[in-house]
Amino acid sequence: MEILEYIRLVFSDYTLRTITLGTAVLGGVTGMLGSFAVLRKQSLLGDAISHAALPGIALAFLITGSKDTNVLLIGALISGLIGTFWISGITSKTHLKSDTALGLILSVFFGFGMLLLTFIQKQPNANQAGLDKYLFGQAATLVESDVWLMSIVTGLCLLVLLLFWKEFKILLFDQDYAQTLGFNTKFIDILITSFIVLAIVLGLQTVGVVLMSAMLLAPAAAARQWTNSLSVMVLLAAVLGASAGVFGTAISSTQNNLSTGPVIVLVASVFVLFSFIFSPKRGLLFRQIKLIKNRNDLEFQKTLTFMYHIVENHEDVYHPHAIKILNNFQGYSRKGLQKLISKNYVRVNGEMWSLTPEGIAAVADMYNQNLKND
Amino acid sequence: MEKIAVKVDDLTVAYNYKPVLWDIDLQIPEGVLMAIVGPNGAGKSTLIKAILGILKPIAGSVTIFGKPYATQRKHVAYVPQKGSVDWDFPTTALDVVMMGTYGSLGWIKRPGPNEKKRALEALEKVGMLSFKSRQISQLSGGQQQRIFLARALVQDASIYFMDEPFQGVDATTEVAIINILKELRKANKTVVVVHHDLQTVPEYFDWVTFLNVKKIATGPVKDTFNDDNLTKTYGINYKVSIQK
Repeated sequence: MEILEYIRLVFSDYTLRTITLGTAVLGGVTGMLGSFAVLRKQSLLGDAISHAALPGIALAFLITGSKDTNVLLIGALISGLIGTFWISGITSKTHLKSDTALGLILSVFFGFGMLLLTFIQKQPNANQAGLDKYLFGQAATLVESDVWLMSIVTGLCLLVLLLFWKEFKILLFDQDYAQTLGFNTKFIDILITSFIVLAIVLGLQTVGVVLMSAMLLAPAAAARQWTNSLSVMVLLAAVLGASAGVFGTAISSTQNNLSTGPVIVLVASVFVLFSFIFSPKRGLLFRQIKLIKNRNDLEFQKTLTFMYHIVENHEDVYHPHAIKILNNFQGYSRKGLQKLISKNYVRVNGEMWSLTPEGIAAVADMYNQNLKND
Repeated sequence: MEKIAVKVDDLTVAYNYKPVLWDIDLQIPEGVLMAIVGPNGAGKSTLIKAILGILKPIAGSVTIFGKPYATQRKHVAYVPQKGSVDWDFPTTALDVVMMGTYGSLGWIKRPGPNEKKRALEALEKVGMLSFKSRQISQLSGGQQQRIFLARALVQDASIYFMDEPFQGVDATTEVAIINILKELRKANKTVVVVHHDLQTVPEYFDWVTFLNVKKIATGPVKDTFNDDNLTKTYGINYKVSIQK
């Protein structure tokens, strides 16, 4: 399918438009909130919450007999919240570390959820089919009201973020200090966590229990690579999350039978990979290039100072010396010598070299520079 | 007798079963520079955290200028241990110092030009003005410590609690901290510092508290800082001759 035709379809086709909007909004809100989870070192919390939501979905169906998304999501929300508070309860009341508590709640709730799902499948009434879509998500089932709900939660989340920006920031950076300033850190904590739970639950229908945490982490991890400002990071994570939603939907709808959730997650992972390699300050590529450049610069400087030390004791500092002597110096290379010549710091005549006035001046400069840095 | 800035009564703190602080009574007069010394695990940081309400004590009470701490927060500033936060957090030096103004702003209100001006002044006091836009992970340990100090200075409090500000800092920072301490004393502020280097206690401080789960002694350095109290606190026979 042509790209232009696809774009036309997004605007004209109701289903495609709904799904694209839904995944974009979802990616935006999870990216935004994911920044907070990542900076609080609670990356795994999202995973635990989404898995903890599964028994809630099953129980909501068992109790009400309804397959209405909103009913099921309320069940997910309740069990997700219970899971979250148990995690913090376990870490504060026992000696267990938070990763242990997360793993424990994740597997216990997920196991219970799977048990309930198989139980439901064995029930005689035929109504039960389709609950397992919450495992891996099914974006195609998104309807307009789902998108509205996501948008309302996103708007609310934005409002809270703008209002409590300063409180969120100080809680993320230094919770103890925030407390001594008189802020109710527990309240801020619950506020952030509740929104994270809410966003995860809203994404279950689209991305599913198993992959949901990637929606939270991937955009935030990618965004962190590009900026050193919290506000830019949150904004960028939202944009990356939304883009992952839009591109993921586009890829999955143009390539037949690819399920949307996993494709969105894969697109987000590509963002992460790209950012890890190519971001200018923290990226692996530029760090490596900078490292090599620094090394070369140092070698160049060291060779020049080595030459200076040879000549400084002579009456005539411009007196030529044999190139052979330079072999005693570990950092010396032919390439380095060529560079010194091309900069006009060194003159070579046959097998002899001599420093130029520019070369002497450069050494003096280097010494002053180093003194200043100390 | 001088006014009492901080009064601690019967303070007991325990993690799990073992008490970390036992029945601490402490009075800190206004305007003193006090060092809290004691071996590792003596509860020095815990004492500060319990006074500041970060840790919930099992028993005891804390008053600041005669009133409960909760009503007196604006008079108290805190410099946590440098290692207690993640310095890879995406923010700048100025931004961290601005956090010192959050308390006086209260909920929701954003810092404005006035708060920025105060933060810049504090940065200048600790000699970090030229680093104001620097990403905090790019600062050296000593510079990070000075940022924390500036953040507390912005609070413009009467009482300052500092948790090991001299820990692992360079000479420049040490001098900067000492100058700040002197300035605070001149302004009749009360400063309580968890301190590790016994040799410098008589030089930097005028008041000292010996702590090892229980309070061993507290008072002016010239009366209290002696081999007897050192031995009682550190358990070994302390034979350092201290120049007074």
